[in-house]
Amino acid sequence: MTLNYSISGGDFASAGNASSAVKSILKQLNIDNGTIKRVVISLYEAEVNVAAHADNGTITVDIDNVSVKMVICDSGPGIPDIELAMKEGFSTASAEVREMGFGAGMGLPNIKRNCDLLNIKSIPGEGTELNIEILLNQAKPTER
Amino acid sequence: MHHKYWIMELNRIVNILDAKVLAGKDHLSREVAHAFSSDLMSDVLTIPGKDVILLTGLSNIHSLRAAEMADINQVAIVRNKPVSQEMIDLAEQNNIVLLSVDSSLFRASGMLFSEGIKPLF
Ligand SMILES: Nc1ncnc2c1ncn2[C@@H]1O[C@H](COP(=O)(O)OP(=O)(O)OP(=O)(O)O)[C@@H](O)[C@H]1O
Ligand SMILES: [Mg+2]
Repeated sequence: MTLNYSISGGDFASAGNASSAVKSILKQLNIDNGTIKRVVISLYEAEVNVAAHADNGTITVDIDNVSVKMVICDSGPGIPDIELAMKEGFSTASAEVREMGFGAGMGLPNIKRNCDLLNIKSIPGEGTELNIEILLNQAKPTER
Repeated sequence: MHHKYWIMELNRIVNILDAKVLAGKDHLSREVAHAFSSDLMSDVLTIPGKDVILLTGLSNIHSLRAAEMADINQVAIVRNKPVSQEMIDLAEQNNIVLLSVDSSLFRASGMLFSEGIKPLF
């Protein structure tokens, strides 16, 4: 099953709509709650990042018997130093984003913690592509 | 100090906090064991959700979106911050009990702690 969504940068109110839709679909598919949580937390962090840091984005979610694969692709400023962006606490978020309760530099590390495979490609000045894969039926030890 | 922790129904939490119930009136017999207080949704997205009530001073749509994603089924907005209809609708859609509390984040947290709600960390 393949699902497609779009996100517009700066549209903070709508960030989370795709994650919410994916959550109800995964529930209907009877996927266990722990896995659903890992998927939707990862996707929500990525959605908020597009709204907070980029211009426009698309989301593709692919679900099969083995895993959930998500591609979040945006046009925007890109990430010049991915290693630095992955460090907990690093953030370039605006005051506006912080007022919304975000911008602690915790999102990308949290995606990493929740997923089984994360790949970030970015071209400064053009955009960013996140590839996230979460295996089904594999509880992670970080889960409680 | 010896401190005893209790699992309690949301009904009791509503009484302790003298809270207004804005959404989820049908779920007040749900049991809660833990509380977590934060205005930072980045942080909320890292916690285990089960049996937790979130106390927060952040009153916007993302207080509820973050709760939804983190499987947190009860949220108390402190200091009587205005709560939008959109927030109430989103809470109802997700069976989240949404409370409004007059007390500050510190006072509300202290009241639940002294009545035996266990800190998440
Ligand atoms: N899609 C993106 N486009 C451009 N820059 C990004 C993107 N995603 C992340 N970044 C950069 O990486 C930094 C770290 O991202 P991360 O999600 O970890 O933290 P944050 O979004 O700043 O805060 P938080 O996630 O805690 O709300 C961001 O501050 C930003 O500089
Ligand atoms: Mg982020």
